[in-house]
Amino acid sequence: MTLQRVAALARKNILALVREPEALFMLILFPVIGTMAFGLAFGTAAGGQTTYGVVGVVNEDLSGLGWSQYLVGNLSETMILGVQNYTDGGAAQSDLSQGKIQAVLLIPENFGISCDSYWDSPTNPNLWINTTVTLYLDSGSMIATQAIPNIVQQTLARAVYGIQPTAISGPVSMGSPSLVEVSKLTTFDYFAPGFFAFYAIFQIMTVAQSFIFERDKGLIRRIRTTPTSSSEFIASHTISNMIIAIIQVAIVFLVAILVGYRPLGDAASFVSAFLILSIFSLCCVGFGLIAATLAKSSGAATGIAFVFIMPQMLLGTFVSVGLSAIAKEAGRFVPGYYVTDALTSLFLRGAPVTSPSILLDILVVSMASVVVLIFGIVLYGKYEKT
Amino acid sequence: MKEAAIVIENLTKKYEDVTAVDGLNLVVDKGELFGLLGPNGAGKTTTINILCGLLEPTSGSVMVGGHDVLREPKIIKELIGISPQETAVYPYLTGKENIELFANLHTMPKEKLKANVDELLQKLSIRDHANRKAGKYSGGMMRRINLAMALVHDPEIAFLDEPTVGMDPQSRRAVWDFIRELRRQSKAVLLTTHYMEEAEELCDRVGIIDNGKLISLGTPQGLKVQFNVKNLEEVFLQLTGRRIREEV
Repeated sequence: MTLQRVAALARKNILALVREPEALFMLILFPVIGTMAFGLAFGTAAGGQTTYGVVGVVNEDLSGLGWSQYLVGNLSETMILGVQNYTDGGAAQSDLSQGKIQAVLLIPENFGISCDSYWDSPTNPNLWINTTVTLYLDSGSMIATQAIPNIVQQTLARAVYGIQPTAISGPVSMGSPSLVEVSKLTTFDYFAPGFFAFYAIFQIMTVAQSFIFERDKGLIRRIRTTPTSSSEFIASHTISNMIIAIIQVAIVFLVAILVGYRPLGDAASFVSAFLILSIFSLCCVGFGLIAATLAKSSGAATGIAFVFIMPQMLLGTFVSVGLSAIAKEAGRFVPGYYVTDALTSLFLRGAPVTSPSILLDILVVSMASVVVLIFGIVLYGKYEKT
Repeated sequence: MKEAAIVIENLTKKYEDVTAVDGLNLVVDKGELFGLLGPNGAGKTTTINILCGLLEPTSGSVMVGGHDVLREPKIIKELIGISPQETAVYPYLTGKENIELFANLHTMPKEKLKANVDELLQKLSIRDHANRKAGKYSGGMMRRINLAMALVHDPEIAFLDEPTVGMDPQSRRAVWDFIRELRRQSKAVLLTTHYMEEAEELCDRVGIIDNGKLISLGTPQGLKVQFNVKNLEEVFLQLTGRRIREEV
């Protein structure tokens, strides 16, 4: 492979981006406009609010007597609070600290037994088994600190004692709420990591179109009459698309920050984000090659490119945030999912680059990208020989 | 004895039911400007595509610069320059950038690259427009860039497929002068054209091809004497019973 050839071809590809209005729109203006519009609509600039009034319930009651379920049902019926069930206290605390929920209610394991002990001897406190439900609150949320303790207290009393709370005492009490510092996150903050993958995915279309353009204009045939090898030609596209991906991410980051996006993470997080998206661009080149090989015309290339774009977009980017659990599981089969997951860990959870989940994401994206790229090169090579 | 630049033996190319080239035998010497004449669809472009390794022959053998096109395509691509019939240039690059790109694809040293590009821009009268995007060029100017891209690396053997199609007379004359200079540089040039006056003006020898077969071979003057006619157009008429331009 000769560097001079690869560099000349890569330069040509980048000049196409700079000088061709369609490519410039798709790879730069579209992400800029999209990020700006979304950021203004859902970010801090729009006075974005966290979702409020959701209590995460961690039910550790093992008695099987039905008291805890009854309490949770009563909480749901208040219609004031939303209830989200957790099996893992750590996950609930994590969501609270990220502002996804405003409170965590921990129902202890002897809750049912305690309730039963009251009803067995309502007038003999000596026979009661005392227990305490614990409430954690978002310290920065007025609703959480002012309203949620009262609502939970009233619901608890009604569920356990069956009467309006007065001065009555009983074995079940609620401890003093613990206040948790919560970072104020907007809808845009949740979606932003998926944005980066979302825009990168459109490289599939631009790569396919650029190959078809060169094919239709007889330029690929012409290049084939020079000593340039297929691998040099494809390497040039890969390199130029990695550069374009880095430029695109940098611009989207800047625009996002301008409209209020404040990602967690340090310099290493940003470097890692660029790295992940650069690797992902290999995957996009691979899909673009496959689309270009299958397509007979530029229009067909766009259509086929969307066959690869749509699953990635719906299952692997910010679009997947509102999808069902099944759809989210299906997302594990598209490389974009791991890009979004890694960026979410870096910028939303502030996870270190060396955390196992991020390293796993990078590994999966790398492997998937190499496989797709090799498949694209082989398919394209076969086409070229015909 | 002259050294052969191109040797074609019993070359046949078939596309399913159609035989595009049918048992072609031809030798082009180094320093010779050879014209392959014939109407559209005669098999000229197919022959060139086989010579430069874009197509595989159905049968027969082809040697370019002493190398087999099937066995040593990479070496051959170092030796040849092709100006395709359909102009193939990047419209978003300037004329100069297009030429430089192809010079880089032939890994020319920087100094020589610059010198050759400047020389070509001068000789083909495109220096004043060299920094304009090629997509904005007129047809004639685009063809000249097309030609410069083929020859910037100073190839030993040049394939010029209808290099002056659609050009105005002035541009055509400039290109003819340039092609003559290639001969003076002892390059082998295989020129296809359906302009008979172009072949008469430029070529040392011509081969007339029709339906994939070589039907006549000789110097333009020799053919005119042989068929006792005034021009090559009439040679074609005598050989096939039809005018070459009717086919275009």
